[in-house]
Amino acid sequence: MSKPSVLKRLKPQPRWFVIGAPYLWMFLFFFIPFAIVFVISFMKPAIAMPPVAFEYDLAGNIELLTKNYTRLFDLDDLLYINAYLGSLKMAAVSTILALLIGYPLAYAIARAPGAWRQVFLMLVILPSWTSLLIRIYAWIGLLKNNGFINNFLMWTGLTDSPIQMMQTDFAVYIGIVYAYLPFMVLPIYTNLVKHDPTLLEAAADLGANRFTAFWKITVPLSMNGVIAGCMLVFIPAVGEFVIPEILGGPDQLMIGKVLWQEFFNNRDWPVASAVAITMLLVLILPITIFQRIQNKELEEGK
Amino acid sequence: MNANKNTLASWTWMALAFAFLYVPMFLLIVYSFNENRLVTVWSGFSTKWYGELFKDRQMLTAALMSLKLAFVTATTAVIIGTMAAVVMTRMGRFRGKTFFSALITAPLVMPEVITGLSLLLLFVALEQAFGWPEGRGFTTLWIAHTTFSAAFTTVVVSSRLREMDQSIEEAAQDLGAPPWKVFFVITLPIIAPALVSGWLLAFTLSLDDLVISSFVSGPGSTTLPMVVFSSVRLGVSPKINALASIIILIVTLAITIAGVLMYRLEKKREREMEQAVAEGQQQALSTSP
Repeated sequence: MSKPSVLKRLKPQPRWFVIGAPYLWMFLFFFIPFAIVFVISFMKPAIAMPPVAFEYDLAGNIELLTKNYTRLFDLDDLLYINAYLGSLKMAAVSTILALLIGYPLAYAIARAPGAWRQVFLMLVILPSWTSLLIRIYAWIGLLKNNGFINNFLMWTGLTDSPIQMMQTDFAVYIGIVYAYLPFMVLPIYTNLVKHDPTLLEAAADLGANRFTAFWKITVPLSMNGVIAGCMLVFIPAVGEFVIPEILGGPDQLMIGKVLWQEFFNNRDWPVASAVAITMLLVLILPITIFQRIQNKELEEGK
Repeated sequence: MNANKNTLASWTWMALAFAFLYVPMFLLIVYSFNENRLVTVWSGFSTKWYGELFKDRQMLTAALMSLKLAFVTATTAVIIGTMAAVVMTRMGRFRGKTFFSALITAPLVMPEVITGLSLLLLFVALEQAFGWPEGRGFTTLWIAHTTFSAAFTTVVVSSRLREMDQSIEEAAQDLGAPPWKVFFVITLPIIAPALVSGWLLAFTLSLDDLVISSFVSGPGSTTLPMVVFSSVRLGVSPKINALASIIILIVTLAITIAGVLMYRLEKKREREMEQAVAEGQQQALSTSP
């Protein structure tokens, strides 16, 4: 039985190649870029290509280097701080809404008759295979003042004048929940189907009603799926650009939008970089939690 | 009472959730056949917006560009993703594995504005230092798309690698097959369905990406989502409805066909394996006294 491992050790080259190729790719195109962003976040805009330059003096005044960051946390100009808080609020509320809709959905699919499970699951995933842009676009027609929802409400006589829904927080919540719902349902479903049904039967035999059994057994067991789902929604939602840009208005100040504007409209690469680095620092804890769970799932061999 | 059945409440919830997911898309398709320029006011059936769509040069060029890019991206992402999945599930522990898995899983959740900005700055720095890549265009789009899609293909492939029966690989190895042969002859055919879904996933991710593309594309390499986005920013347009309907139709068809094909292949494999086992048993029976 030890023969294969000896063979492997004698010929390490293929193994190194298999590890090395994806490692190198991700290192070069995913890790190194962050290092560059980090460096540029200490520079200042310049008229050159690339439009950045270091600003320093020989006395070693550190303020000149860190002024992008001091600008982000300037208490006289709360633009950036408000954008961060706005993003966190938007992402948190959307995540909770997605969980409230997604958990019962995942639960119902996991308990559907065997053959139907795959069909229902497919129906949840299918929308995410079509374009995000188009799915968000679909909501403009529903939410705008002369859109389907307002037309319907006015036709039934529930309201006389259209309710403003576009360019509100509500529209952005709807958009994020709509776009990310599959990412909430999938990990929770994957977790729920693995549960041993005899646990619930045992609970029932011992006199627990369905609700108690659900609350005391199913919910704690599904915690990993819930956390993974929440992270898959929360983290990208914090930096979301497309949804607030299309469905939101100027009031929905979100950090992804600010980064985009700093880069594309103001052409201020250093400030955009500082915004990105700060966003990463805010997200580092949720990302670490997500990776813990993801790696556990990835490595959990049989 | 069977604790494993859905109540009426959970069936209702499921129906409502599916309505939430599908009604907007359904309306989108219905109103693509609206004759009126105002998308939400119905004034008669017409297919004229589809005609308009196919006359739009800019959109067609961008669509072709996006399809080409998605094809190349998906192929590279499956290769890199499969290698990464093998590393994650079959290579055991090695120095730097924690960092490796962090690099592989982080793109799954990383906000796109961060990935886009950082890749652009990398390309600019590389061009400054080595003169490559020259400007931004197809190459930079391809590298950027491959990087984030590879993370998704890794997840798809490694879940299949984990679930498959590893004793077959061990058997081949015990019979003296070198690791590469075990992989290509035994493992690859078994995980083929996952490679197909990984490829399709990477294809659609690439086809759909707007934010990262906006950062790393250059003049002359405008992708379809970029054209759609600049149009959507100006408001609803029946032409976009027509385009959306076509995309939804293609995706639905592709997924259904792929699903049915993979289901059949799987069944065939299972039958063949059962047959082989049965034959083996029969042989064993006939040779034993």
